[in-house]
Amino acid sequence: MRIRIRKYRLTLSVFAVLPLAIACWAQQTEYSENQRLGMESHVGNMTGNATVGAPIYKRFCIGCHGVLGDGEGENAQWIDPKPRNFTIAIFRCRSTPTGTLPTDTDLYDTVGRGMLNSNMPPWGPLTDEDRVNLVAYVKHFSPRWLTEKPGTPIVIPPEPPVTAERIKQGRVLFQKMECWKCHGVTGRGNGPSADTLTDDQNRPIKPFNFHDENRFKCGTTNAAMYKDFMTGLDGSPMPSFADNLKPDEAWDLVFYLRTLQPADTIEKRIAQQIGLKPLEPNGQLPGPPAPAENPLGEKPTNNSGTK
Amino acid sequence: MKTQLKVAGMLAALLLVAIAALTPGPKVSAAGNGNIAGTVKLDGTAPHMKGIDMSKDPYCVKQHENNPAKMENVMVGSNGGLQNVVLYISEGLTGNEASAVPSDEPAVDQHNCMYVPHVLAVDVNQKFKVTTSDQTTHNIHPLPNPMTGNIPWNKSQPAGAPPIEASWKAPEMISVKCNIHPWMHSWQVVVKGPYAVTDGNGSYTIKNVPQGSYTVTAWQEEYGTQTQKVTVAAGAPAKADFTFKAK
Repeated sequence: MRIRIRKYRLTLSVFAVLPLAIACWAQQTEYSENQRLGMESHVGNMTGNATVGAPIYKRFCIGCHGVLGDGEGENAQWIDPKPRNFTIAIFRCRSTPTGTLPTDTDLYDTVGRGMLNSNMPPWGPLTDEDRVNLVAYVKHFSPRWLTEKPGTPIVIPPEPPVTAERIKQGRVLFQKMECWKCHGVTGRGNGPSADTLTDDQNRPIKPFNFHDENRFKCGTTNAAMYKDFMTGLDGSPMPSFADNLKPDEAWDLVFYLRTLQPADTIEKRIAQQIGLKPLEPNGQLPGPPAPAENPLGEKPTNNSGTK
Repeated sequence: MKTQLKVAGMLAALLLVAIAALTPGPKVSAAGNGNIAGTVKLDGTAPHMKGIDMSKDPYCVKQHENNPAKMENVMVGSNGGLQNVVLYISEGLTGNEASAVPSDEPAVDQHNCMYVPHVLAVDVNQKFKVTTSDQTTHNIHPLPNPMTGNIPWNKSQPAGAPPIEASWKAPEMISVKCNIHPWMHSWQVVVKGPYAVTDGNGSYTIKNVPQGSYTVTAWQEEYGTQTQKVTVAAGAPAKADFTFKAK
């Protein structure tokens, strides 16, 4: 008798557990607030917690990035470029390849550095702990952080010494990679494709003008510039060149881009000494549409350095 | 009491067995597999496809000197057949059939500053290539919804660069653009299971479909989707013709 009851109970319990299991499985696919609030961030030896970051976010970030982290805060309507939408977890400034999540350190650095040419200021007054907690809270807005891992950061080899040869080679690459199509032949952000660029949300966006700033979009150092074009600025038209540039070439390009900036850098001095001028693609400036009878589409003939 | 419990327990066990037996297992081998074929037509006047101003890039202009480029949103053949319609099985496949990944690797080429083909269909997790035959730099920028599991990326591909290999994780109609050449737009249509894309006459054949009853969906970028029920029997290819109405 006792045994039979047990058997019966066993059968019963299978029936009881089945729907429960199905329900649990269904819930797993949903966006669980508790799960997300357990989000952590790790920067150096610091650990951030979303629950600790929440009040800091509500004090400083909510106005632009919004209650839901979707970039629809009450100030957003006045802002261009628009605040980041954290729910889709697509970020410009990463050390990781295009199409991957950034590292916690990438986000932490962005909070501290701010976003150049946008309304996002450097959050210097916040303590390191505040920032690392904020990163955890920022991550909690997107379920992607529960299912995906950040990409593997790209390897940046040690910076070689600047030489005139390298700067010249960088100039060739600027033409060959056709950076000028958007950034302009002289790097003023006025290339032929500049005025039709849109971001991933189809909002107009301007290419970077190197003559405006001594900083780059995602940092001030040469390594930051290296990262910008090797990872691409996801969410924007700026693609990754990781498949197209060897590390040595990437450094050459960094050195050339430095010559375009206003600051008095060693690269700029060398460029002045050797009288370096921008290379004209096909011997003509971008601008009004070229007349059809021009011998266009030929390979550049006006530079000696092209491979 | 004793008997009642015993009967109840046995009934419950039987029910479980029955459920297990009724749950569809993988269907029969590829030997009995058939096709779903048909034609997709456009009913009405085909919309005018605007010419494309490529003057931003003289190289692109040069390539189209003798064959002016036009938009490719609606491509209609002389017989009224609609090209670039994706056909796929939206219902009726078992888990195994839906998750089988084809081994061939389709490609989309950037040719004369256009995408060839304009619509690329792939299975979930099927590898595909993006190539360039142009002497100008392109950037390939697919824009899926990141919440589907497909994550947008953006890669440069200068002249002579090797193919970019990629795949997608979830079914989705993914819009692809080149930011450098704003007219360049194409689709990467990710589906689960066997699929086909209509040719210039609007004809298609979905190959290697196991016997069974299915819902076939036809998708066109301007006209949306249509569905039809078909049955694939041994030695009798199923037929499913579709007609989209011109707007």
